[in-house]
Amino acid sequence: MNLSRIVITGVGLTAPNGNSLPEFRQALLTGKSGVEWFETRHMGKVLAGVCKFETTRYQTRKELRVGTRAGSVSIYCAREALQDAGVAWEAADKSRTGIYIGITEHGNVETENEIHNLSTFGNDTKYWSHYHNPRTVANNPAGEASLNLGVTGPAYTIGAACAAGNIGIIHAAQMLRLGEVDFALAGGISESIRSFGIFAAFKSQGALAHHVDPTKASRPFDKARNGIVVSEGGCLYAMERLETALARGAKIYGEIAGYAINSDASDYVLPNPVRQAECIRLAIKHAGMTPDQIDILNAHATSTPLGDIQECQAIASAFEGYQLPHVNNTKGFIGHAMGAAGSIELAGNLPSFDDRVVHPTINVDDLDSQCALPTLVLNRPLAVKRVDAILNNSFGMLGINSALIVKRYAA
Amino acid sequence: MTKDDIKKLVTEIIADIAPDEDLSGLKPDVRLRDQLQLDSMDFLDIVMELRKRHGIEVPEADYMQLASLDSCANYLEPKFAAKG
Repeated sequence: MNLSRIVITGVGLTAPNGNSLPEFRQALLTGKSGVEWFETRHMGKVLAGVCKFETTRYQTRKELRVGTRAGSVSIYCAREALQDAGVAWEAADKSRTGIYIGITEHGNVETENEIHNLSTFGNDTKYWSHYHNPRTVANNPAGEASLNLGVTGPAYTIGAACAAGNIGIIHAAQMLRLGEVDFALAGGISESIRSFGIFAAFKSQGALAHHVDPTKASRPFDKARNGIVVSEGGCLYAMERLETALARGAKIYGEIAGYAINSDASDYVLPNPVRQAECIRLAIKHAGMTPDQIDILNAHATSTPLGDIQECQAIASAFEGYQLPHVNNTKGFIGHAMGAAGSIELAGNLPSFDDRVVHPTINVDDLDSQCALPTLVLNRPLAVKRVDAILNNSFGMLGINSALIVKRYAA
Repeated sequence: MTKDDIKKLVTEIIADIAPDEDLSGLKPDVRLRDQLQLDSMDFLDIVMELRKRHGIEVPEADYMQLASLDSCANYLEPKFAAKG
């Protein structure tokens, strides 16, 4: 099959430690954390990655009042990606643009808020907001972006737990290849820290990170890691077929080389390293590459005691017999951005095509021997000779795995 | 509560519902929709805020009474008076 080549031509992001790709990259190279104490309903202060993007840059105050945080993150990222891509948006055919946004969940924040509001009025349902339905429909984040941008092409979300950021990008590549759209804004977003439920559930599960120093709480691969720091954020990419990008002289960040999505079919929450390894192998095969052609692997590594070990086993297995790529991770800096994690983490590594520097995974003071892959980039950036391909792992609950490979664009 | 008080109170609600709007020149005898960017959901907001803040119920059949500040004052005055 002769498939179109799909390229990334713009990046719009907000992360707890940066509100643009240059800011985020700089933070990853200088060890700047985005984790802080965050007041949450019913739970007091919890550790969270909190974004501080300028919400009124692309939205009126009324739109912010009516819409959701997820919608706001989506709009900010979509607009920033468009701007970065240099698209003449006013003249663009908005019916041929798709918006594909990965989400871990949506509607929990808004439902919790309404239930809280209702409780202050004696649980009388006549006080329930008429905005509840448009705020909580699963397509809300993409729908708000379509309203804001005037996109009349397909705009919807893709629920894929914490693999969603990768899967938004993969879905866009598929839709572009099918010719369903000519231009896509795709990736993942999350507003999860605005819901107490996610913190409470991880705590009940024994998987919520705790540490006296917020900046040290998320520590993938470190022996003292004790769970997840929940974060909000988003990253959407401008994506298009290569010929479109070349015709308009766009900057090309990288080319989608291959991908895979599979399922564990084994547990609600526990990962399955056999299926993870299978997913990585499938992605490399799909890209028509061999494992030794991968230069950087961004690990999903959520900083849970078991999950990090299992992912390291999966990586070792998938690369058995080959040189391991450099392995890094952004969660030590910003925590786990849920549905946004995959797309934000990919963005963290994209600049390596230009500067050939691999950002580290931080907070590894005492490396867990069961995570000690020999090519982990620990605590300090590493200058390398070659960065031609990045593999981005992103896994989620209910056993959904994704691996996405982006390669350096070459004519 | 006087009609002017009611107009002030409704204007306060609108200021929260439509925070981007300049309400300084709002004409009380002109339809709110002709002066401001308000849609049907915004009018439901006005109804909801009257309920939440002041315990005033506006039945659906009477929504048209909220068209302008003057009509709001005329319609709501007996309701506030009945509350005492």
